[in-house]
Amino acid sequence: EKEDIYIDYCGMFILVLGLLVGSLMPLGGAASSPDTGTGHGGSHGNKDPGYAKNGNGTTYSKKPFPVLSFDYEHVRLPFEISLWVLLASLMKLGFHLIPRVSSIVPESCLLIVVGLLVGGLIKLVGEDPPVLESKIFFFYLLPPIILDAGYFMPIRQFTENLGTILMFAVVGTLWNSFFVGGLLYGVCQLEGHKLAYVDLLSCLLFGSIISAVDPVAVLAVFEEIHINELLHILVFGESLLNDAVTVVLYHLFEEYSSVGLITVTDVFLGIVCFLVVSLGGIVVGAIYGILAAFTSRFTSHTRVIEPLFVFVYSYMAYLSAEVFHLSGIMALIACGAVMRPYVEANISHKSHTTIKYFLKMWSSVSDTLIFIFLGVSTVAGPHQWNWTFVVATLIFCLVARVLGVVGLTFVINKFRIVKLTSKDQFIIAYGGLRGAIAFSLVYLLNPEHFPMRNMFLTAIITVIFFTVFVQGMTIRPLVDLLAVKKKQETKRSINEEIHTQFLDHLLTGIEDICGHYGHHHWKDKLNRFNKKYVKKCLIAGERSKEPQLIAFYHKMEMKQAIELVESGGGSKLPSALPSTVSMQNIQPKKPSQDRALPQLSKAREEEIRKILRTNLQRTRQRLRSYNRHTLIADPYEDGWNEMLIKRKKMKELEKKMNNYLTVPAPPPDSPTIARARLASDPQAWGLKSVTESIPTIKVDLASPQSPESVNVVDEFSKKGSQPKEEEGGLTMKVPSPAKQRKDKTPDEEPQQRLMRCLSDPGPAAEEEDEDDPFLPQKKSW
Amino acid sequence: KLRSPRVSIEQIKNLHNRFTYLTQDEDTLRREHLENISNLALNPIRRQIIEAFFDKRNMGEKEKGCLQEIGFEEFVTVLSFFRPPKPRTADEEMKNVKKEKLRFLFNMHDTDKDGIITLDEYRRVVEELLSSYETIGAETAKAISDAAMLEVASVTVGQMGPDEFYEGITFEQFMQILKDVEIETKMNIHFWNLDTRTMQCGK
Repeated sequence: EKEDIYIDYCGMFILVLGLLVGSLMPLGGAASSPDTGTGHGGSHGNKDPGYAKNGNGTTYSKKPFPVLSFDYEHVRLPFEISLWVLLASLMKLGFHLIPRVSSIVPESCLLIVVGLLVGGLIKLVGEDPPVLESKIFFFYLLPPIILDAGYFMPIRQFTENLGTILMFAVVGTLWNSFFVGGLLYGVCQLEGHKLAYVDLLSCLLFGSIISAVDPVAVLAVFEEIHINELLHILVFGESLLNDAVTVVLYHLFEEYSSVGLITVTDVFLGIVCFLVVSLGGIVVGAIYGILAAFTSRFTSHTRVIEPLFVFVYSYMAYLSAEVFHLSGIMALIACGAVMRPYVEANISHKSHTTIKYFLKMWSSVSDTLIFIFLGVSTVAGPHQWNWTFVVATLIFCLVARVLGVVGLTFVINKFRIVKLTSKDQFIIAYGGLRGAIAFSLVYLLNPEHFPMRNMFLTAIITVIFFTVFVQGMTIRPLVDLLAVKKKQETKRSINEEIHTQFLDHLLTGIEDICGHYGHHHWKDKLNRFNKKYVKKCLIAGERSKEPQLIAFYHKMEMKQAIELVESGGGSKLPSALPSTVSMQNIQPKKPSQDRALPQLSKAREEEIRKILRTNLQRTRQRLRSYNRHTLIADPYEDGWNEMLIKRKKMKELEKKMNNYLTVPAPPPDSPTIARARLASDPQAWGLKSVTESIPTIKVDLASPQSPESVNVVDEFSKKGSQPKEEEGGLTMKVPSPAKQRKDKTPDEEPQQRLMRCLSDPGPAAEEEDEDDPFLPQKKSW
Repeated sequence: KLRSPRVSIEQIKNLHNRFTYLTQDEDTLRREHLENISNLALNPIRRQIIEAFFDKRNMGEKEKGCLQEIGFEEFVTVLSFFRPPKPRTADEEMKNVKKEKLRFLFNMHDTDKDGIITLDEYRRVVEELLSSYETIGAETAKAISDAAMLEVASVTVGQMGPDEFYEGITFEQFMQILKDVEIETKMNIHFWNLDTRTMQCGK
């Protein structure tokens, strides 16, 4: 409990710190006014009085060298930007330290409140609070969020629900715009004197701006409630794809509002424009995506700048689309989605992590800044409050949304296999949040053409506040109340993956038998085209021929191996496998084969087997992790083929290891494995104590556990070592020979090695690569 | 026997046209007829798909074995496994639908018809899946199927001594590991719903 209080105080402290930082803004503004010259005056007054008297004829009086000076103007802009970013991050940090608050109120609300406070502070000081300039918003704050969303978009669910998403995005947004715009015009006309100057086109423009669901707000709220994937992708997909509609409507109405008239031709051109804007945006994005994928094919020697290509190409896609007034958001999404499968096959694991974390970091900072600025702009922005207009807007928006969703779902459900229930519909309607994009679009309006701009601004801010605060805060308890299905956190298992692929092929086959060219048929054709032509161009080396199942399997193994390492070695197995089932249980019993070795008496055999089994149990647990460690040796850095060779060797080795206690010296060309095994598993040393309780194990190598033991006997008889030596050869016992083995030549006798092992004083105290036991020794390969 | 209340006359007529086309106007369908479909030749698991049509277990009969040729009734019976469940299906009924579909999949894997998917059978499944990629060796298929089997055993049985041998995947275990895949919504062909004119029966 003391901990909680302590953490609460820390949170408060950080918040206060953040507010202090925020209050530096106005001071920064104020400090820019005094001229920099005054700073020079104080420091050198008494130092050199002689110079000051030198004023007779000379106009120039040499000032002493300024030791310390104050020059704020110099760094003003970057300083203020950094201050804002710092403020945003500190706020975020503070909120998460106070768990009680952050579980009730979504982050976006808290940030807006902070923005309001900071804006208020700035105004108190007498300065003008900065407003969220549209250029900054559209060029710097919005792209990271969209790229993050697009790059990590779950393609499978998106394409499965594409029809539904498009319906909501296109038809839904159109319906909303016209409904809200039209009804508002009616209200304005009815109201009379104050609002009569608002004409139809302006109302329609306002309607189109305000009806678009905002991806930033949706992401901010939906991410915290962990709703099931279907609903998440529906609402989120809609918020992304409605950008094209918004762009077209906005430009259409803005163009012609000065004229005041729209003809049928204009409408027709508008439709054409919509197709051009959306498809054009996608094409531009896809082109840049392919370029990025192609570039990543050649980056194997310059791994460090790989993430840069991803970011820069995507940003260029966005900007290029904006040049032609195409939909930048769709370009960005298309670019991220197209490049991802190919880039991920080409880049190193570290680059992948870098990309992921950079995108998350940038989008998080952007998101925070946007909400804070929204708060500040509310305080700053010129307002014109009109009760009728604002309330009418709010009501119409809500009503339009509900009607739109219900109506569209009715139509859509006729074509869907998984129907949308009324619970789903409610969440979709309720999740239609508005956000900063709408605000920025209104801000862009020219006040001369649109004298009612301030009123629009006020109305939009009210709607945004309402949706973010009221809807954002209540959606979480509502989701719980309605028992909406939440996101399942289960890990993807290999069985599921196998069967997903199996199902794909099965359904394609059935479609072919029925002669029906459906969904699966075309998907299969696309996959085959992808495999045959595209992958060969865009993916480097061997990875281009790798089937998805294998890629998945390797990724899974990597993940498990990393987990194993992080959980401290073989003693603690990852939670996915809390059982004692091992490979031994699965392999079918092999029929006993004829042994080329002298037989032991049955009793003797039994005794040996029993002893070995008791110890093998524990060993097997540790050794089972053996197979996975090898993958940690950064396979994607070293080349695919090498890795395959390594794995083959590993497999052979594991077979031998699984069968007896006295692990023979592994083949000399695998010191990596030994070091990997030993270094990661300090508990392996514990085996020493076990052996003491057991009578000397005179391991007769002729006592076979499985036919494979025959191999080892052969190997050792070739090398001429005596079985007795093996007794000391519990390689688990001493680490140093294993580690030193890396410098030896391959054909060293195991005998000599063991001799050294026995006479060796002990492991060297410092091993230079303890921290990084899994790097392969390049020279040994 | 045809469970006809859930299938419309229009759909049956279309399927019959397709059936006649495939058998080239004969009465019964044989394996060769299905093998002649050109698109199917590119499918990595075509053998298992074709076998499923001739598997007695899918006809609702208790006996095991294969048929050499099937009539139209059996053709539709097999295809009805891919029918989407009706929208207002109760939870209980939905579970049955899911069980039926999973049973179909299980039968496809269990080639020796003993009710258990052994390691070998599973390995063959993975090999078939990867068969369209020439460069993949048998070792990788083995590794994947071993890992998958291990996972099934770990999840379903849990604790096993070093001596015990895990026979194979039973149907209950199969249902358990695939319970998250939502078979009842995924294993469906749309033609049961849409206008049957979209079916290219002439081809």
